[in-house]
Amino acid sequence: MRVGLFVTCLADVMRPSIGLSTLDLLERAGCEVIFPENQTCCGQPAYNAGDRATAQKLARKVVSEFADVDYVVIPSGSCGGMIKAHFEDLFSDLPEYKNKAQWLSARTYELTDFLVNVVNADSFNTSFQGTVTYHDSCAGLRELGIKDQPRKLLRTLPHVELKEMSGAEQCCGFGGTFSVKYGDISSRIVDLKCDDLESTEADAVVLGDLGCMLNIEGKLRRRGNHKTKVLHIAEVLTGRNGEEAE
Amino acid sequence: MEITSQDFKAVSSAKLKDEKLQKALFQAKDGFVVSRAKVVKELDNFEAIRQAASDVRDHCLAHLDEYLEAWESRAQAAGTIVHWAESYEELNAIVVKIAQDNRVKKIIKSKSMVGEETGLNEYVEGHGIEVKETDLGEYIIQQAGEHPSHIIAPATHKSKEDVSELFAKKHDRPRLEDAEKLTHEAREILRPHFLDADMGITGANFMIAETGSTVIVTNEGNGRMTTTMPRVHVAISSIEKCIPTLDDFALMMRLLPRSATGQVISNYVSMTTGPKRNEDLDGPGEFHVIILDVGRTRVLGSELREALRCIRCGACMNHCPVYQNVGGHAYGWVYPGPIGSVLTPAYNGLENAIDLPNAATLCNQCGVVCPVKIPLPDLMRKLREKQYEKNLKSKTEKWSLKVWAYVATRPKIYSMVTRVMARAGKIVGGNSGRIRKMIFAGQDWTKHRDLPTPRGRTFRDIYLNSKKINKG
Repeated sequence: MRVGLFVTCLADVMRPSIGLSTLDLLERAGCEVIFPENQTCCGQPAYNAGDRATAQKLARKVVSEFADVDYVVIPSGSCGGMIKAHFEDLFSDLPEYKNKAQWLSARTYELTDFLVNVVNADSFNTSFQGTVTYHDSCAGLRELGIKDQPRKLLRTLPHVELKEMSGAEQCCGFGGTFSVKYGDISSRIVDLKCDDLESTEADAVVLGDLGCMLNIEGKLRRRGNHKTKVLHIAEVLTGRNGEEAE
Repeated sequence: MEITSQDFKAVSSAKLKDEKLQKALFQAKDGFVVSRAKVVKELDNFEAIRQAASDVRDHCLAHLDEYLEAWESRAQAAGTIVHWAESYEELNAIVVKIAQDNRVKKIIKSKSMVGEETGLNEYVEGHGIEVKETDLGEYIIQQAGEHPSHIIAPATHKSKEDVSELFAKKHDRPRLEDAEKLTHEAREILRPHFLDADMGITGANFMIAETGSTVIVTNEGNGRMTTTMPRVHVAISSIEKCIPTLDDFALMMRLLPRSATGQVISNYVSMTTGPKRNEDLDGPGEFHVIILDVGRTRVLGSELREALRCIRCGACMNHCPVYQNVGGHAYGWVYPGPIGSVLTPAYNGLENAIDLPNAATLCNQCGVVCPVKIPLPDLMRKLREKQYEKNLKSKTEKWSLKVWAYVATRPKIYSMVTRVMARAGKIVGGNSGRIRKMIFAGQDWTKHRDLPTPRGRTFRDIYLNSKKINKG
């Protein structure tokens, strides 16, 4: 099956190991991975800022770049949610694209959802071991219903123990530009998230969205916590630590 | 009520540093969220009930004119005097006129958010008529000279210690520490007012078209006494509160107390249909209902229409990570939290509440708990679109967006820019792998947290390069 990889702009620039891990996971599952080279961003920053025209422009670009695949897989609940939950609204006044958006939306999967529910992946080649706690990202959880999928994957790893934190479903306070426009509030919210995840004493907090990752990792380090690893689920499943730029 | 939403940013930052408030908010949050979750779990078809309630509210709004007329004629047939008010001043003036016509000196009042909108208490007191709030929370904040910070728990920003201090001072009695004793003291003080008040003012959670009734949903006996003891009862409400039938009301009641306080049913549900009849033992001689339409009709015809489904349970604010940390006063008007971030600009003008639709992470916690499925994040986004169209965004934000959009829509430039960013970011971060201080917009990030650095190369470069090698 032909699977389009939408790597997301943040992973592309900030943490390529997420893209590399996703690529490995898909290939290991027997997928033929297509990476449209011109991809940039799904348009969510513009959409959430109220700049509908730019959001439409970028969404049209996504729709046409992935017109020729069986599935699109995204290592992010947020960008996945943008395509699956919002493209249709974004194209409500462009009937031609609305149909294309529906077509795309039906084929688009967040990575863990794809691994669990499409290819039934249940064995992974990873050296990772330790205790982990999982942070549910807002869009993944509440727009795409990503809750059991990553936990199911983590439970297949023999040397990984999952310790749930209280408030796992609580927002980390990132919210895109919210994190800088309302920095004081955002900072308080992510502090509470750090309290919750630190109290599990897990070796790593694992999650599926780079926005939450940058926010949580940035806050942990600022608090002087250099011990708790912050890892994308794709990295855990392939044994990468996030530093890779091979 | 005067709007101060323009100060959201400064006030919210101050509220974050207010330790007493933080303690009170923390306690309130746990109570509301935990008890709601518990009673919602007990229903095996909560989602189906939510959908049904949302459909009923949409149906009401689509036929609002018909239901309001039906309600009015049945209410009048029961002897209710119905008034319509198209401005805050008009509603306030009608209340004062009724009071003056009936030689009213003292009014007892149970909770009403419409009354907060119109600034009713100040207006009535300005005409020499005494108003006593009788809901415990409302009584507390009236004594403190404040406004509600929550739509169902108006004094939720106050700790028990605050109330101890306030009561000791205002009641001129020895300071009490125990919450139950404090409640008893308020009750003792309020009792004589119930007995000698000439008029009672209540809100109305719903108006039922089928019967011409108004309903209040409360937990303290004060509402029941306000509707029955004084000579005159005035209920104030707004047009969107009208629902068709008693069955619809029963449906709403499956959701309202559960979503609001985590109760299966509230302690009191008081339904009023007309004044005292001859055979009744008690009740007011006159019953007036004043129905407000400020902003509602306009919102009904706008893309924010779904906000009018609101049944005022407060679940959206209880579950909002922003509200949970800054409290209700930061929002600067009557309705705080996510619903307030939609209603405040919708009723008062977007330019008077620029921050509110933006001060949200769009986490959609509000959307999933709303008993009538108001898509609150979508409505906030629509307001952001309006701000963008009306040029109400800051220059910095507009230009950052423009630059970003220019790059993101041009893949070649994008790939070069990101390559440079990945490389430069890594160099700046050095061995630590994080940046502790940035300039321009970035300083707002690094004021609070580090920025994990890029890893030197973009995924695109790594991927395309490896493909080239494999081919070669």
